[in-house]
Amino acid sequence: MDFELLIGILPQVLLDGIILGFMYALLALGYTMVYGVLEFINFAHSEIFIIGAFVGVEILLSFKSAGWLDVLPWPLILVIIMVAGMAVSGVVAMVIERAAYRPLRHAPRLIPLISAIGVSFFLQDVIRLFESLWRNSFNLVYPTMDVLNHRFELTETIDVSVKSLVVIGAALLMLWSLHTLVNRTKVGKAMRAVAEDQAAASLMGINVNRIISLTFLIGGAMGGGAGVLFGVQYSLINPYTGFIPGLKAFTAAVLGGIGNVPGAMLGGLVLGLLEAFAASYLSLLTGGAFGAEYKDIFAFSILILILIFRPKGLLGEIVRERA
Amino acid sequence: MRNPRLRLVIASIAALALVLSLAPASDAQSKGTVKIASQSPLSGGQAVLGEGIKLGTQLAVEKLKGNLEKMGYKVEFVPFDDQAKPDVGVANAKNIIADKDIMVVIGHLNSGVAIPSSEVYKETNLAMISPANTNPVVTDRNYGNVSRVCGRDDVQGVVGAEFAHGTLKVKSVYIVHDKTQYGQSIAEFFKADSEKKGVKVLGFEGTEEKSNFDPLLTPIKAKNPDLIYFGGIYDQGAPFFKQAREKGIKSKFMGPDGMDSSDLTKIAGKAVVGMNYTSAAGPASALPKAKAFVEDFKKKFGKNPEPYAAESYDATRIAIMALEDVAKSGKMSRESVSTAVRKVKLAGITGDGFDSKGDRLKAQYFVLTVVSDNPEKWGDNKIVKQLTIAPPAAAK
Repeated sequence: MDFELLIGILPQVLLDGIILGFMYALLALGYTMVYGVLEFINFAHSEIFIIGAFVGVEILLSFKSAGWLDVLPWPLILVIIMVAGMAVSGVVAMVIERAAYRPLRHAPRLIPLISAIGVSFFLQDVIRLFESLWRNSFNLVYPTMDVLNHRFELTETIDVSVKSLVVIGAALLMLWSLHTLVNRTKVGKAMRAVAEDQAAASLMGINVNRIISLTFLIGGAMGGGAGVLFGVQYSLINPYTGFIPGLKAFTAAVLGGIGNVPGAMLGGLVLGLLEAFAASYLSLLTGGAFGAEYKDIFAFSILILILIFRPKGLLGEIVRERA
Repeated sequence: MRNPRLRLVIASIAALALVLSLAPASDAQSKGTVKIASQSPLSGGQAVLGEGIKLGTQLAVEKLKGNLEKMGYKVEFVPFDDQAKPDVGVANAKNIIADKDIMVVIGHLNSGVAIPSSEVYKETNLAMISPANTNPVVTDRNYGNVSRVCGRDDVQGVVGAEFAHGTLKVKSVYIVHDKTQYGQSIAEFFKADSEKKGVKVLGFEGTEEKSNFDPLLTPIKAKNPDLIYFGGIYDQGAPFFKQAREKGIKSKFMGPDGMDSSDLTKIAGKAVVGMNYTSAAGPASALPKAKAFVEDFKKKFGKNPEPYAAESYDATRIAIMALEDVAKSGKMSRESVSTAVRKVKLAGITGDGFDSKGDRLKAQYFVLTVVSDNPEKWGDNKIVKQLTIAPPAAAK
């Protein structure tokens, strides 16, 4: 029976892993893009992510109290919260860059890193303060939309819910647009130029500050979008929810080769799958000796192994000297 | 006065004179200050329950401090926020024992916080009366200063397993816990007794995850247990049960008293309607002597008391009675308050008298069913079973 069970749940585990992986991938992009141009880790990105989730839930809750939730078509609602979450997070990321990182642009590398950690704490507590005053609550829940919870039964144990399809679809769309933007447009070319050499780029007539701002805007928007998807998928958020996914997405970015956009996507997927496999299979395979609680240890042990043999990450070799 | 330094000197002399003239006046006929502290999470995911403990204590202090004040003591209430974290609880405990006026602590919410914090209180024999800590270790250490007005997990777990086997008639159960001292130990008690009764335990998992339970739920769904038991607290249990239903799992749900908060339905909504949970404290509405308390509470704070508010009120009443006894004898000290607490015979809301370890002579246990997905109606949850059980004889 055990073997049957192991095979039986495999597709579901894969699906869970892919959803989680896309979430990490979207989030990892923010880390990797900023690293690409500025070579420092924007630790405030996990809060930019959760701000997106909060914008989404606030809009949904106000729609709910206005009674629009059942009237408006659900794809429209989703588009509204996605766009709003992305916009707010993107702008917040840009403002943070202007206020907390740009004055430190020429300081030693560690200084903006510390500034980023400070911004991260600051944002966590600003969100907490705001939500306590505004809604007097710590945990916020995405209102349920019944359509999204509808499930297609594929087999007796395997099914797909509408919202997981939405999450996968939205994530793919966002990743594809980013890829196109970076590789096929003039702005993308400018971004790549700034990543390669800021001084040379500015000599070529590129406004470096504007491109950096734009990088934060786009990275932040990706993070905010991921936040909304996270809320839709897992429904419960609080001001500190962003921290752990942020840390894992950062790991995913390193795994894929930091500074490398396709690498971040790949790293996110690998990490998501590893985690899902570990959580679902560890206790089954070890007869209960190791449970789901060891999923992070398992996932991160594999990561360490990969990084020992490929220190630059999975796609690290195509990263240029300064990108 | 052009010279700023001279101005400063004069100002400080004036200030000093003011302080000196005030100080003796306020100390005239008072015997000093007695402070009652509460420690519970006031911020973070479990703040709803922690706030209940604080408000229950506050209400009791304000209502019952009269006698002590007549005896010449100034009575103050000082709430502490332990954030449901052991390290914060211990740090607060160190501040508490440093404040010589604090004579009693009402707290905590989490056993995992109460146990290390009470080690600190023990240093000065400061009395702690717990409204909510159900872990057996809390009183099994036989500390003279630690008492509780609620039941114990080694009974609560058995009550749960008995209900699952006898009333729900489940044949198989999947157990998940939150890896805390409270959640894991009650899950283990539940597991041991389920196995004894012949209920098949299909899995026993710990998790610290707070948002994404998908990978954990996939094997559960495949194994399709009759019942899922979550040993933990609502801020983790609620999203777990919600996602379980969304994943199409049809098993029955059950949990311990950590699920007992209106936030459970606020977060999980329809998913937890019909779910059962055990309680070692019971809703205020079920306690015969709590009616006046519920009305007072509503009048003062404009909302229904959360679970443990009544227990905190009762614990504070015991504390104040003990303080009065000590005040009559004249010598106020932590040691004597701790001893006096154990001697208080109060037929209060929650029960009556303590045994030698600090457990209630007889504690009440309940099994409840969630009746509505409206958080406002949490107080209406139906009691399906009510038991009065004495604590088990010490295992050690």
